[in-house]
Parts: sequence; structure tokens; C-alpha cells
Amino acid sequence: MSKVIEGLRYAESHEWVKVEGDVALVGISDYAQHALGDIVYVDMPEVGDEVTAGEDFGAVESVKAASDLFSPVSGEVVEINEELEDSPEKINEDAYSTWIMKVKMSNPAEVDALLDAAAYEKLCENE
Amino acid sequence: MEQQIQKTCLHDRHVAMGALMSPFAGFDMPIQYKGITEEHNAVRQHVGVFDVSHMGEVRVTGPDAYKFVSHIFVNDVTGAPDGQIFYGMMCYENGGTVDDLLVYKVKDDEYFLVINASNIDKDVAWIKKNADGFNVKIEDQSPYYGEVAVQGPEAEDAVERLLGIPVKNIAFYNFVTLPMSGEDIIVSRTGYTGEDGFEIYGSHDFIRNVWDKLIKGGVEPCGLGCRDTLRFEVGLPLYGDELTEDISPIEASLSMFVKLDKPEFIGKEALSAQKAEGVTRRIVGLELEGNAIPRHGYPVEVNGEQIGEITTGYRSISTGKSVAMAMIKKPFDKLGTEVEVRIRKKTFPAKVVKKRFYDKNYKK
Repeated sequence: MSKVIEGLRYAESHEWVKVEGDVALVGISDYAQHALGDIVYVDMPEVGDEVTAGEDFGAVESVKAASDLFSPVSGEVVEINEELEDSPEKINEDAYSTWIMKVKMSNPAEVDALLDAAAYEKLCENE
Repeated sequence: MEQQIQKTCLHDRHVAMGALMSPFAGFDMPIQYKGITEEHNAVRQHVGVFDVSHMGEVRVTGPDAYKFVSHIFVNDVTGAPDGQIFYGMMCYENGGTVDDLLVYKVKDDEYFLVINASNIDKDVAWIKKNADGFNVKIEDQSPYYGEVAVQGPEAEDAVERLLGIPVKNIAFYNFVTLPMSGEDIIVSRTGYTGEDGFEIYGSHDFIRNVWDKLIKGGVEPCGLGCRDTLRFEVGLPLYGDELTEDISPIEASLSMFVKLDKPEFIGKEALSAQKAEGVTRRIVGLELEGNAIPRHGYPVEVNGEQIGEITTGYRSISTGKSVAMAMIKKPFDKLGTEVEVRIRKKTFPAKVVKKRFYDKNYKK
């Protein structure tokens, strides 16, 4: 059974968001890392890139396949997790403490449209 | 017409062991058990077992068996001793590839063909269609046979010790037919991993028994995921990627298996012309700078213009490098040519290299 954490918000495309002020930390869920298998590469945006809610901002790649990442929020990328360049397997080890990018949100209200832990858990059960 | 998904004789084992299952070539097949990397390394370093019961088997018998196999197969089986195996292709008149296959010479009037699961119906129809005028019997024995591949440096020990099948004296690309448990089984020193190993064919009951003994003996169960990463690293083609009905063996850089000096075979004229005049494109290896991973279908470019595409690509598990096989237009196929691979929104520099990313460890 995949882990879901209270207090985070989730996109139907399996990214999570943790809000710290006007900055959102974005990662992928435990369900997603489990479905992907061994992650060997994370294609991240660059600091300064604009991302848009619902649009792709990179990809995570397992041995077998590439999966697009979709941003749950809009805004400017202010930091990327450089540790993932050399150690993408961190996502497999702990999907929720391993964020991929930090976004300075242009419209923090977008977070309200995301799923809460209970709703996301239900989504995973039905997949 | 929607065809129902098929199950191999080991399907219940895969499900019980919690394998990740996925449809492949019409069969519900295990992609991985523990993980592709772990299974891949088990085969490179120790021994793993694959369920390859989805593969097709066709037996050709009769007075014209040699003549007929020579007619449909681009490699040359002339003068082969009983028990020898040949890799090669069946081609269309235009040189495109029907399938790549193994031909087992049982005896002068009997050959055993092992074909890709995805092509069974197409191949059997093609073989039968071209048998007009030949005194041969063609039997699709795919439903009868189960098959496992035991692969890795410890494969010989595993097969001898855990199964009690004597294989020490089987040479590379040779096979034996053995009476066991009241049936004739086939054991060959072949595989699709670049490692030493064996492929064992028998009834469903026999193969289930073999599987259970190997697993109980500690042989790593391996899924189709690492079967692909293993074959890719040693430059072996996969039908659908490096060979298709539009890609000839010459274009796939496999001309060593096409014996143009044979008097006759289907596709000879087209393939001879390709060899003589040269082809316009060819499968090569690519090595990328950096960590991005090239995948099937990604464009390969020079100065912003597409000159080819990736046929298979991975981060090589054995070497850690991002490498690919790609179909590239001439003259960009030359070793050392600098190209770019388009991966999503960016391009990454790459270089044409030999399409063997890891050295084979066959026991010859």
C-alpha cells in the first residue's frame, strides 16, 4: 500500500505540493514512484523558468520509460533539487521528503483546487 | 476482432510472486519481479531465469525441408551438422524483414524454427504461403511448447545441478533433444542477453516443473524488462525496433547473417542490390553526453535537421552511460559523427559509436 501524507495537496497526475508561504515545493507521490520503479533520471526545469498549472515542467525516468511531470501550480521556479542530478533514486527512497522544484506561486489559490490526502488516497485505490 | 490476451504456462507463478504484469505480444507477461536493475545484474553476475513461453515454435519436416528452409531463411544452413542452430531472418521480396528467428537443424529432413511471439500468426501464414511446391509439413507447435531461458555465468551450474540436465558438452549455438519425464525436451546453448545460458523447451508441465526447481534453487526470476536492457547492451536487435517490415537486415547492420552467395532465397535480389549499391540509412550506436535518456522514436538531428531516430535507448545498467541504437541516414552513420538527440524540449549532443555497449560473455 502506497503512503499518502496528511497536510500535502495532490494533483490527479500524482504530483504533491507542500506550501511554505508563497512558495510551493513540488514532488511526486509514493504511489507514482512505486508505479515507475527504479528512477534513473529526473529532467528538471531551470531556475527562472515559468511553469503553468496543469502543464508539463519535466519528466521522471525509470529504466523502462519516461513519464512527464505536470506542475500543480503556476509561477516561477526559484530552486531545483540539485541532489537529484546525481541521486535520482532519492525519490524511490522517500518520495515525500524529496522535492523536485520550488515554485514562487503567482496564484496561490490554485492549491485549493488540488486533492487533499483523503481524496488522493481514494484516487490511488481506484487506479 | 479483439483477441483475448493469452497466458503462458507459468502465468500463475508470476502472479503468485507478485510480478508486475503487462501485455506483451498478446500475452500477459511479467515485466519485473524485484526490479529491472537487480534482475539485470543477477544475469550479468550470476544466473536468472526468464519465462519465454510466449515465443513461437514451428516444425518443418519432409524431404524438401532443407530446400524450403534455404528458400525462406537468409542465413545458410547448408552442410550443418545435426544439432546446430542458426540466427537469421525471413525477408519479403523487397528486403523488408518478416521476422528474425533461430533455425534448429534437427536432421536433414527436419528443422525447428523459433519465432517472435508478436509475429506468430504472420510468420506461420508467411511460411505456409511460401511452401507451395515444396514437399514439407509445417506445424505450428507454439501452443504445445513452454520455454524458459536460463542466463548468466552460473547458468551451466544451475541447469546441471538443479535440473539434472547434462549441458556441459553442448557448444554455443548447438542443441540436444533429450528424453526426460516421458517426453522429448530441447535444450540449446542460446539466449538473448549476451551471457552464457540455455533455452529449454518442453511441455507446459515440464516447464512448470523446471521453473519451480530453478526458483527453489535460488535462480533469480527475471522479467521482460531486463530481457530488453540485456539484449540492448550487447547490440542485439528486437523485432519492432531495429528490424521491421520496412527495415532490411542490411539496414539493421546485420548483413553478416545474410548469405548472398546462396543460390536462392526470398528477398535475395533486393538485399543483393542494397549490398552492392549501399543503403541510404543504417542502424548505429549512439552515446549521449550527460544523463538524459534517449527513447524509441526520439529524433536525431544534425544542425537542426532530422537525420534519423532512436530505435532503442536506455541508461545502460552495466555501464551507466546513456546509449541508444538509432536508424541514421548516411553519411551521418560514420563512427565518431557528432549528432544531437531531441529529448522533449531540449537537444543533447551525442556521438556515433559501435552498437555494442557491453561485451558479450559467451562460452564458445
